[in-house]
Amino acid sequence: MNSITRIISLAVIAIGIVLTYNSAYIVDETEQVVVTQFGRVIGEPVTKPGLNFKLPFFQQANYFPNNLLTWDGDPGQVPTKDKTYIWVDTFARWKIVDPIKYFQTVNNEFAALERLDDIIDPAMRNLVTSYPLVESVRNTDRPMDTFESVSGESKKRVHQYTIKLGRDEITKQIIKQASPKLSPFGIELVDVKIKRINYIESVRRAVYDRMIAERNQIAEKYRAEGKGEASNIRGEKEKELQVIKSQAYKDSQKIKGEADATATQIYADAYGVDPEFYAFLKTMDVYKKTMKKDSTLILSTDSDFMKYFKGME
Amino acid sequence: MNWDWEKLRENQQKFEKKKEGGGPGMPRPPQMDELLNKFKGFKFPGGFLVIIVLVALFFGSSTFFTIKLDEVGVIQRFGKFNRIAQPGLSFKLPSGVEKVTKVKIKRIYKEEFGFQTVQGSSNYRVQTGGPSQETSLMLTGDLNVAVVPWIVQYRISNPRDYLFEVKDVRAILRDMSEASMRTVVGDRSINEVISKREEIALAAKEMLQKEMNQAKSGINIVTIEMKKTNVPEPVQNSFNEVNQATQEKEQTIYKAREEYNKAVPLARGEAKRVIKDAEGYAIDRINRAQGDAAKFSAVYNAYAKAKDVTRKRLYLESMLEIFPNLGAKYIIDSDQKNLLPFLNMGGSDSMLNPQNRFLKKSE
Repeated sequence: MNSITRIISLAVIAIGIVLTYNSAYIVDETEQVVVTQFGRVIGEPVTKPGLNFKLPFFQQANYFPNNLLTWDGDPGQVPTKDKTYIWVDTFARWKIVDPIKYFQTVNNEFAALERLDDIIDPAMRNLVTSYPLVESVRNTDRPMDTFESVSGESKKRVHQYTIKLGRDEITKQIIKQASPKLSPFGIELVDVKIKRINYIESVRRAVYDRMIAERNQIAEKYRAEGKGEASNIRGEKEKELQVIKSQAYKDSQKIKGEADATATQIYADAYGVDPEFYAFLKTMDVYKKTMKKDSTLILSTDSDFMKYFKGME
Repeated sequence: MNWDWEKLRENQQKFEKKKEGGGPGMPRPPQMDELLNKFKGFKFPGGFLVIIVLVALFFGSSTFFTIKLDEVGVIQRFGKFNRIAQPGLSFKLPSGVEKVTKVKIKRIYKEEFGFQTVQGSSNYRVQTGGPSQETSLMLTGDLNVAVVPWIVQYRISNPRDYLFEVKDVRAILRDMSEASMRTVVGDRSINEVISKREEIALAAKEMLQKEMNQAKSGINIVTIEMKKTNVPEPVQNSFNEVNQATQEKEQTIYKAREEYNKAVPLARGEAKRVIKDAEGYAIDRINRAQGDAAKFSAVYNAYAKAKDVTRKRLYLESMLEIFPNLGAKYIIDSDQKNLLPFLNMGGSDSMLNPQNRFLKKSE
């Protein structure tokens, strides 16, 4: 072996290594690759992970993410249809489904996010503005426990909180509006979600005032209910007392009356045998009871009692 | 440490003779010219071998790795997912061909929303001010504002999805968690938000898990724990007042009940007394009547046997009883018609009637 052939073979090996190294490229699970030749797209995009080859130097591998990406919108002030100003913060998940289009139009994620800003934000504003606030807040028509005070009012309020669409439907419509505008960029909008809805500062204060007023009214209602119930109980008490007392009076009078009747009957039965004798006995009793020291007695000699007094006749 | 140069050189020469090349692992003194001389002296195949050995060592060291007990290793061959290595010592093809990413699948991660745990000495403090306040402020279904802080605990359940399907799993988890919680709270009234935290946590967990599955994030939500839900500070007083009013209501009612309970059983007792009294009266009345009747009957039975005598006797006995007790007694001859000049009535208001021979009822 002379040295020249050795050097040549070495060089060949070295060049071979460099060429192989340059023509091979690895596609990660999270990536996809568009191969370009002097800026022109060559062939189909590589979306399957693994080892791949291209022409060295002339061709270039451009990597794009293949997984789910996040777009986080800037929170913005949006008026709803019922003229309430709210902060809405949305986010979306998106994917590069057509890397060639993506490569040709936006090329990098930063630019893509800008496009998403330009497209999703107006769509969100459109939809939030065209519905009352409650549509964006509520998701279903699930009945709520709102403990309202006056029954008539509660019906009105429940009605106020019922919805036709709900949050899910609104976000779906945002996707529907935004998706066609994004497909030219090779982007698929997977979903859009409303992360936050809050009142803006000035509205919030008004809402707090309303909440306070609402609570106060509920508190008053409870107090009044308490007092009302108490009065009711007191009335019940008075009534009960009257019932008890009168019932007792009625029963006792009846018992007494019956007893009197029985007694009368007993007297009548006993004395009926000889009323005259009864009268005699009773009169004697009366005399005994009524004739006292301060009574003056004038007796005529005619009387039965004195008939022996005048002498024997 | 002192080098024994002589001895070292001796060793080295021995080794070189044996191996025809400088092997690794031999400690060399840092003498450049000697080293260069040695390389110059190498024959080509020998030098090539050294390079191969070095390269082999470099690759060799990347062929094994350890996986700790709480993690798994996800191995990609040329970027493509190949297999999952379990805890312990594992082997793979050298780096450049296979790559391992360790994922802690047993560990439970925690995300906090609406407050920040400040790791203090022993217990933590919940901060409510600042930007985290914004996270916890939510609109409820009845368009009120509630403060809802919560914690999400999650685990990586599918390391492959976790690594490959979503670019920033943590960001998506945070965003989704907020969106889900707001959706759940948005469908509930302020009362429910305050009183039914468990139910909300469950619903939010379910929703969040569904979203995370849909995103193929490889995340398993272990639990959502609600911190104390409340209304914003300016409104708190009025909410407390409602609670207070509820208490007052109960209290007023109880007071009235107390009065009722005080009066009614008493009245019932009183009523029973009245009735018992009446019953007593009845018994008394009947007993007396029966007694009187019995007495009369007895007397009458005796009387019936000798009517005239008994009557006279009774009359006279009565008189005997009455007369000693009487005051003034006047006896008037039956022929005397006018007794007025004769009798001084002493201012007595009683009328004197000659027809009634027994007069004057004491008053």
